Amino acid sequence: MVINWFKYSAPTTFYGLAGRLIPYFAWPAAILFCIGLYIGFFVAPTDAVQSEAYRIMFIHVPASILSMFIYLIMAGYAALGLIFKTRLSAMMASALAPTGALFAFISLWTGALWGKPMWGAWWVWDARLTSELILLFLYLGYIALQASIDDPRRADRASALLALVGSVNVPIIYYSVQWWNTLHQGSTIKFSGTSMHIAMQQSMFTILVACWLYTIAVALARVRSIILEREANTQWVNDLPEVKGVRS
Amino acid sequence: MKRFSLFGLLGLVIRRDLLLAMRRRADVLTTLIFFVMVVSLFPLGVGPEPEMLRRMASGVLWVAALLASMLSLPRMFSADYLDGTLEQMMLAPQSLTAMVLGKIVAHWMLSGLPLVLIAPVLGLQFDMSAQALWILVLALLLGTPVLSMIGAIGAALTLGLRGGGVLVSLLVLPLCIPVLIFGAGAVEAVNSGMDAVSNLSLLGAFLLFALVFTPFVAAQALRISME
Repeated sequence: MVINWFKYSAPTTFYGLAGRLIPYFAWPAAILFCIGLYIGFFVAPTDAVQSEAYRIMFIHVPASILSMFIYLIMAGYAALGLIFKTRLSAMMASALAPTGALFAFISLWTGALWGKPMWGAWWVWDARLTSELILLFLYLGYIALQASIDDPRRADRASALLALVGSVNVPIIYYSVQWWNTLHQGSTIKFSGTSMHIAMQQSMFTILVACWLYTIAVALARVRSIILEREANTQWVNDLPEVKGVRS
Repeated sequence: MKRFSLFGLLGLVIRRDLLLAMRRRADVLTTLIFFVMVVSLFPLGVGPEPEMLRRMASGVLWVAALLASMLSLPRMFSADYLDGTLEQMMLAPQSLTAMVLGKIVAHWMLSGLPLVLIAPVLGLQFDMSAQALWILVLALLLGTPVLSMIGAIGAALTLGLRGGGVLVSLLVLPLCIPVLIFGAGAVEAVNSGMDAVSNLSLLGAFLLFALVFTPFVAAQALRISME
């Protein structure tokens, strides 16, 4: 049997597949969010050191993890797009970027809310905060470049190249910021190695999985819109029931 | 058609770009004046206490150098793009990577080198010690070429776009942060009585790393932009 590996790399076939897949990611995401938040707010005990404010971490940590992870996935799709010249890879990369930027922003925002009661300041030039901020800048640069190029093919390839250059730079930036931080100031408050309560772990992990599923669902939905936009003049798009209903 | 050696080609491109720049000297001077002006604005903004100025000096000079190099980036390829030279360069049976490297070197000689040369004078305004001034010049000498190289990628990607000038800063500035950190850190280290060697070595490493990769990546970016 011959498997056609590239079958779903064509926007025509992927459009339908994405539409069928979205509910399988969106519903579990919503349910897991509810479960994770419930455990986080009602089951997990109050922290001995940080009292109630630590509960911000249940959103903060998954958002930070995903903001970094999404950039890697985005760069991976960008590389695929440049190497195989598959249009869908570039579309996936651009569909992921806004979600990545959103998570980077949420991570900074919740970090500030957590920092005020813990460190007594909304913003500290901590190494992790600074590199998260730079990551947000990288996302914004990617989105801005894509938005300012009118020709979609050029936009795809140019932003893919930028994502790759960025991904090479991310570790360098991370370590330089860390080094700069130790050079300039004493270490900010660190967590002592207390073991986490099992309910805290459960909550954080559940929300992490929920955020992940949410990312997939949203990226698929966004890529469907991008496909429709790019292929608006083709016959197969005009034959789609949802398009026909609107146009007639 | 004659095929040039790498250095022959580099020399040709550099000489041509320098010649073109000499015919329009105002462009080169604008960058330099901008640099001097930004640096001079800081004491007016934060106050003239020598103690504070001495501590701020390296950071101020580096940020100003970063901004000044952004200012001249859109010009790196745009003139050649508009009059069709760039297209001819791509059609020529020579290595595009080498030609891009030549353009980067020329750009650095026109926008980076003048900053390095004027920096000690500005450093004196900030009451920097002689040793710190030497390290500052050395760090700028190692760091500003990296800014031109990373900038070349941004300039190539935004070629011919609306609002390319602001966009290129948006793309390139985050990528330049390591250079800023270690460049300013070298002077900082001297001021606090430590050795600047580690900072300078890292800047040198960035320079070599960028030298190997960025001309190639910028050439690819030009191909994408010219398609």
